[in-house]
Amino acid sequence: MRAARTRTARRAVVIAAVASLGAGLLTGCADDGKDEDNSSSGDSSGKTTITLGLFGTMGFKEAGLYEEYEKLNPDINIEETVTERNENYYPALVNHLTTDSGLQDVQAIEVGNIAEVVETQADKFVDLSKVEGVQPGGWLDWKWKQGVTKDGQAVGLGTDIGPMAICYRKDLFEKAGLPTARDEVSALWAGDWKKFIDAGEKYKKGAGKDTYFMDSPGGLINAILGGQEEKFYDTSGKVVYKTNPAVKEAFDLTAEAAEKDLVQAQTQFQPAWEQTISNNLFATVACPPWMLGTIKAKSQPEAAGQWDVAAAPTAGNWGGSFLGVPKSGKNVEEAQKFVAWLTAPEQQAKLFAVQGSFPSSPAAHKLPQVAGAKNEMTGDAPIGEIFAKAAESIPAQVIGPKDQIIQQGLTDNGVILVTQGKSPKEAWENATKTIDNNLEK
Amino acid sequence: MTTRHDTTAPPVKGGAAPGRPPGDAASPEEARKRARLSRRWQRDLRWSPYAFVSPFFLLFAAFGLFPLLYTGWASLHTVELTAPTDMEWVGLDNFTRIFDDEFFWNAAKNTLTIGIISTVPQLLMAMGLAHILNYKLRGSTFYRVVMLAPYATSIAAASLVFVLLFGRDYGMINWALDLIGLDKIDWQSDKWPSQIAVSSIVIWRWTGYNALIYLAAMQAIPQDLYESAALDGASRWRQFIHVTLPQLRPTILFTVVVSTIGASQLFGEPLLFDANKGASGGSQHQFQTLGLYLYEQGWINQHLGRASAIAWTMFLILIVIGIVNYVISRRLRASS
Repeated sequence: MRAARTRTARRAVVIAAVASLGAGLLTGCADDGKDEDNSSSGDSSGKTTITLGLFGTMGFKEAGLYEEYEKLNPDINIEETVTERNENYYPALVNHLTTDSGLQDVQAIEVGNIAEVVETQADKFVDLSKVEGVQPGGWLDWKWKQGVTKDGQAVGLGTDIGPMAICYRKDLFEKAGLPTARDEVSALWAGDWKKFIDAGEKYKKGAGKDTYFMDSPGGLINAILGGQEEKFYDTSGKVVYKTNPAVKEAFDLTAEAAEKDLVQAQTQFQPAWEQTISNNLFATVACPPWMLGTIKAKSQPEAAGQWDVAAAPTAGNWGGSFLGVPKSGKNVEEAQKFVAWLTAPEQQAKLFAVQGSFPSSPAAHKLPQVAGAKNEMTGDAPIGEIFAKAAESIPAQVIGPKDQIIQQGLTDNGVILVTQGKSPKEAWENATKTIDNNLEK
Repeated sequence: MTTRHDTTAPPVKGGAAPGRPPGDAASPEEARKRARLSRRWQRDLRWSPYAFVSPFFLLFAAFGLFPLLYTGWASLHTVELTAPTDMEWVGLDNFTRIFDDEFFWNAAKNTLTIGIISTVPQLLMAMGLAHILNYKLRGSTFYRVVMLAPYATSIAAASLVFVLLFGRDYGMINWALDLIGLDKIDWQSDKWPSQIAVSSIVIWRWTGYNALIYLAAMQAIPQDLYESAALDGASRWRQFIHVTLPQLRPTILFTVVVSTIGASQLFGEPLLFDANKGASGGSQHQFQTLGLYLYEQGWINQHLGRASAIAWTMFLILIVIGIVNYVISRRLRASS
């Protein structure tokens, strides 16, 4: 009797399993059908959904720009997918581009990758220079050129840039006997990174052992290289990082700072580095506008107003992104219009007001949200003015497809070793060996 | 040996349940029908099992065999992730250059050393734990569940906690070292400390798992062996050496094989141990394993051809390890 009952029970389970599987398959198909509908001709309410693939905190949503666009265009619906780190976002993007599938209507591209995308994937993107309202003059000249192929196709439109200044702690500078007023500080090292190192030595003498003049060797070499016209590639596209005297000079200068104990042995954006900010243990950090947000996020509340912003010895750029529209997206037309709107000066200025991403459009620099911007972390310093001035003097930099790999090699396999007691020569050898191996096909 | 239902029992005329219907008393039409049915029955019997196991093999072909063959093909080319269809034939170039690739051999060495310093203590500790748990304990289920908890934790979460513990400036371990008057250790940037730290994550994660396997095997050892050993005056320790260990030999061999394979594929722990440098395994590649090197070449540097060659070389190394394991286990079996 029991056996019979279990057998029926088992049969019931099997039938149920088969039925649910079948149902699953059926609904799977039904879902597909619905998706298809959704994308091509709008959902039940007739709206078109534009999808964006972004990384990090680009802040369009936080700045309310999607909402605004949806209000202006009632038949548009905007959705974003955000991957936190570009290291994870970019390989996936390359994969989607090469297989031409799984792409969103709009894809963000980081400045470190833009050269590679322009060089190898341009045929997968629409030409944004043809979109109504898009004009090269709307962007800083060098920013526009970074996103454009040799034959003039605009693969990506610039969102923000990262004009670099130096953020410094007024209280620590005072303790060390250095000037604290922003103009005097700027004058202290104006024009030459060697003077910056000298200032660091003075700082070290006055401040003693506990704190460091600068946060990390990576931040320093990055800041020095950010102002070079040519760093890793020459204008013809050849890799020249090993023979370019500017790169070696930046490396040696950073190594010198490390040997003199002016930079702490930290890697930026790692937990230990963040804890060091929180503990107020370094006096300066190379500082694009977005860094102010990082400082604020990682600081104790008491730190507000203790910071200030001075000009960097030489102006440079750190960071910034582009938005491109892949041809295989589902709403190419709508996406182009949206990207043009999103990167227009007014929207860039709104983004800066909320997110601190500095506009890449010169027209936006004159708008009140930017020109009059102040920041509480830095004691209401006129950051809009300071960064706009830095932005004007950034040189047009040659960027190459593997810039990121080279830069990371120089920092993480190079200058960081000097802080750990290796000689600059050993560090350089380790870095170049690593980079060469990474570049070799 | 197998029982075929259609041939086992001869049909019984007038029995309670008709077996195969008798053939002689039927009309030709009925006979044809019956023959058709029987053919279908036989076909069903022969082919259905294949249909039932096919999902696994289809999936294996799609996600196992095809990638294997494709990487084999790609390893003979120069091919970049940015243009995977753009292949340039280079023959065995990608393989021959592995011989002078110091980064590969560095990674191989690291894989070996991290493998040893994680597997050996791990299995010894697992054995000890299993032995203790094998005594009658109050709340033994509780201890068993607790031991399995690290295994159930995701590597990502575990590694992040370990990274904080092993931090140079604000880590708890260095704080404790400082407290007892020892120097701070830079766990991430020095070779042996970083390898020990990575191993500790592996050990933490897998010790309980192996202990439970040992425990299961120990409980299958007949109790009378221990009783007679006790009658002969053997101490607990002697019982462990002379009864438990020999009885566990096949289990130990199994865990050694599984751990060796696991160690040679070590990836997540070292990758997450230095979140920023990621796949390079530290500034001087001091804890870069083969898995990380493969990932770095393929996904960071986008050299698919080179990465494929590394993958195949790893595969061949694993086969060699497998053969060595097999030979050793045969020797052991023969000697016992």
